[in-house]
Amino acid sequence: MSVRHALLALLSEGPKYGLQLRQEFESRTGEVWPLNVGQVYTTLQRLERDGLVESDDPAGDGPQKGFRITPAGGRELAEWLRTPPGIVAPPRDELVIKVLVALPVPGVDVHELIQVHRRHLVELMQHYTHVKAEASDRDVGLALVVDAELFRLEAVVRWLDAADTRLASAPAASPVAAPAEPARRRHRLKVRR
Amino acid sequence: MTALLELRRVSKVYGSGPTRVQAVCEVDLAVDGGELVAVMGPSGSGKSTLLTIAGSLEEPSSGEVLVGGSALAGMTRNQRARLRRRLIGYVFQDFNLLAGLTAVENVALPLELDGLGQHAARSVGLAALDELGLADQADRFPDELSGGERQRIAIARAVVGDRRLLLADEPTGALDSVNGEAVMRLLRAACKRGVAGVVVTHDAQLASWADRVVFLRDGRAVDQTARPPGPESLLTPRPNR
Repeated sequence: MSVRHALLALLSEGPKYGLQLRQEFESRTGEVWPLNVGQVYTTLQRLERDGLVESDDPAGDGPQKGFRITPAGGRELAEWLRTPPGIVAPPRDELVIKVLVALPVPGVDVHELIQVHRRHLVELMQHYTHVKAEASDRDVGLALVVDAELFRLEAVVRWLDAADTRLASAPAASPVAAPAEPARRRHRLKVRR
Repeated sequence: MTALLELRRVSKVYGSGPTRVQAVCEVDLAVDGGELVAVMGPSGSGKSTLLTIAGSLEEPSSGEVLVGGSALAGMTRNQRARLRRRLIGYVFQDFNLLAGLTAVENVALPLELDGLGQHAARSVGLAALDELGLADQADRFPDELSGGERQRIAIARAVVGDRRLLLADEPTGALDSVNGEAVMRLLRAACKRGVAGVVVTHDAQLASWADRVVFLRDGRAVDQTARPPGPESLLTPRPNR
């Protein structure tokens, strides 16, 4: 998450003080990303150094110092908003590894293992859904943040469901293919270390 | 507290010999008033069969079903039909509203079928719509409403009068996620007022609206979630086990 660009976005509405920026940042992100005031002022100093914001008192310091976005800051914000996030190789997913590693382990029922993780994920989704259910309809920031987490967790549950079904229909003796010859391995997913 | 719905070792078998299918196997489930329970499982896990048994639309091969404390097994066909009309409301994926009736007429219809006069039924229907914040849609026909609005009318119909048990089969299956959420908020609100709700689904997001999620696999209830903790723990995801 770019605090730098989030502050530029808040300043694009008009001049603001440092403390005000911190409060607005937290309220608009559903208060799930706390930000300390030191982080706000350090970021503002860097933005000022880079000519992306300017203060009403460049020599001054303290909570009453106001900031406003510069035209260069406006251009930087517009470009960042439209730049797709970095496309990275899939992370090394611990849950995928646990299920894969469990397959040959004697005495481990992989379906039961999958259910343990499914239950844990659904309980976590219940937590987030209850947060959303109890929140005000007008708290759009919170709803967006909670939705993002719910969709992410749902994707993991759906992977577990697919794995469960795939393993149930796989031949009992060989739940996964035997290791192929190195020369015949055509596809390898790059995994982030 | 007496559970509004209680299933005791309920099983359902279809066919015999080589075509025998065990759809539900010795399921125990108790749902209290005010509680929303989701039954979650993949296609073919027996969740819809379980719902039709809970709603007395189908008889179990073995086991006992109690609704409002009364065992269904000892009832005549007519007694069961009366119990369905008075105590049980259903919500289906495709809404099942009658196109020629307005929203309030759809909601009032089960009451009229149960012998209540037209004016009295309309008053109770309007009250049900009003309780769920749908009063402004009372005189609109289903084809004048969006999918989400139709499903909300169907929920009002399911809880109208003294209905205490609400059974829903994939109620958000035909809706996008935001309209689906509005429907689940309404289901949850109905349960908060004392109705016992059971939703069957394969969808984890829908299930996460429930107070408790029961996992069904090959007809058996294999697991369930713990009750969600209080608000003090919210937004503080627990560490991985």
